[in-house]
Amino acid sequence: MSEKRATREAYGETLIELGRVNPNIVVLEADLAKSTTTIKFKKEFPDRFFDCGVAEQNMMAMAAGLATTGKICFTGSFAMFATGRAFEQVRNTIAYPSLNVKICPTHAGITVGADGGSHQTIEDIALMRVIPGMTVIVPADYYEAKKAIAKAVEIDGPVYVRLGRATLPMIFDEDYDFVPGKAIVLREGTDVTIFATGIMVSSSLVAAESLAKDGISAEVINISTIKPLDDNAIIESAVKTGRVVVAEEHSIIGGLGSAVAELLCEKHPVPVARVGIKDVFGRSGEPAELLKYYGLTDEDISQAAKGLLGK
Amino acid sequence: MTTHTTNKQATVSLVEAKARTIRTRIINMLGAAGSGHPGGSLSAADIVTTLYFHEMNHNAAEPRWPGRDRFVLSKGHAAPVLYAALAESGYFPREDLATLRKIDSHLQGHPDMNKTPGVEISTGSLGMGFSAAVGMALGLKIDKSESRVYTLIGDGESQEGIIWEASMFAPQHKLDNLVGILDYNNLQIDGRVSDIVDIRPAAAKWSAFGWHTIEIDGHNIEQIIGALDEAKSIKGKPTMIIANTVKGKNVSFMEGQVDFHGKAPSKDEVAQACGEIEASGPLG
Repeated sequence: MSEKRATREAYGETLIELGRVNPNIVVLEADLAKSTTTIKFKKEFPDRFFDCGVAEQNMMAMAAGLATTGKICFTGSFAMFATGRAFEQVRNTIAYPSLNVKICPTHAGITVGADGGSHQTIEDIALMRVIPGMTVIVPADYYEAKKAIAKAVEIDGPVYVRLGRATLPMIFDEDYDFVPGKAIVLREGTDVTIFATGIMVSSSLVAAESLAKDGISAEVINISTIKPLDDNAIIESAVKTGRVVVAEEHSIIGGLGSAVAELLCEKHPVPVARVGIKDVFGRSGEPAELLKYYGLTDEDISQAAKGLLGK
Repeated sequence: MTTHTTNKQATVSLVEAKARTIRTRIINMLGAAGSGHPGGSLSAADIVTTLYFHEMNHNAAEPRWPGRDRFVLSKGHAAPVLYAALAESGYFPREDLATLRKIDSHLQGHPDMNKTPGVEISTGSLGMGFSAAVGMALGLKIDKSESRVYTLIGDGESQEGIIWEASMFAPQHKLDNLVGILDYNNLQIDGRVSDIVDIRPAAAKWSAFGWHTIEIDGHNIEQIIGALDEAKSIKGKPTMIIANTVKGKNVSFMEGQVDFHGKAPSKDEVAQACGEIEASGPLG
């Protein structure tokens, strides 16, 4: 667990591996090849890499056109611009015709850090989740990111993979078998369930450890595929523990917290506490400072769990 | 008169006749639907007819034949002209045209590639089809395909930023397998394009962006064919054909009338419009 890597690092590396076995892999970038790590693919496959310049909307619609010629297009940029600026291109030209485009931007969430609120997307999961037919994956570590990016190729249709800049502890390893749509129980418990996604998974594990010291048995479940949601796994755990905390580096509106609350309200209502950005914009700062400022630490997760238990 | 000239005139006459048929189909289809966009369908009729019945290699029996040329109707609201051309080409029965915009129809208000055979990509939200066409041309270039990509954009549509993003990208990658055609009827929903946000000088803009440009009368079949031929001879850059057109062309009460941008003709208007079109020459 000592080595830490960012999920974005998995992007360029995995693209090279995919490019070697699949000649139809084409990578589009929007002037951020170094930051997103697609520059690695560019070096090995210059004929299948196209820098679109600072023009994310054109990048997305071109990817749709490329998909009609049999290419499997990966589109880069930062999550803010891929899902925000180019939302309607993704919605109307990629997803509406169900074209085979993989949207894998990096620098999602507030852990972008010092660049500040303009670059910290806290809405992207909501934006992608609401689109019919879009698969939405938020990897929890470097290895899960690698597996998810590779699996995205096997899914026929649009896939969103949310990648980040922050370095994260390793949860999985090279042998991890990522199955899209499947929740993973990382720690079993009986008093409360913590559903977490992305960077909040490792902090949820820390929180569970700390809760155990206080005599609270917390179950930790990694929801890396937010759509399609693993309804059964979520309901099953909610039935078992009767209390649910949802933790994500995203607005509490529209993300995993909303998805879990929507599901449980209909199928098995239990108390739910959402740990996320509380409907405000981000600001500049170091990632660790920001996580503390916005209430996204393991401490905040523990507090939310204790709150549900009346402690 | 040389044989060559005679053949050329015969070709032009055939396309002209087919364009009249396409126009009557547009009018009838919109009359049956009760809503839709006649003005921009009629302004594009001669261009689209020339593409499907003269210029493009395509095969209605095998809509996804890899060797085909592609047409992208970026101004997707002109769907009736595309549907008429596809039906006349044999992609689906002509009778289907009467189902336009109905709940159980494969003919959506705007083109849907997964519902209608022959539609290359779903369009309707302006600007995106043009950009997707650039992506198609790029994909075909990667594969060293001989296929060409034709895309029709509107003048109002050219106010979209993505048009210019894509217009910068295509020459950068020397996409000489791409032909853009501007249906320049100078009318958009809120009025004259030149009164709203003028796109003039259109040809100079695309020239400055690195395109080969050709200006023509978009209702003159001979000029359309000539421009498409010229585009094929241009290497190392894409071509933009600025086709000056008239919205509602060949229907007297629709010509130049902005009200017929998005209003279907009544029963009487259908009869009058078809009468005028049929009186203008033989159908094909």
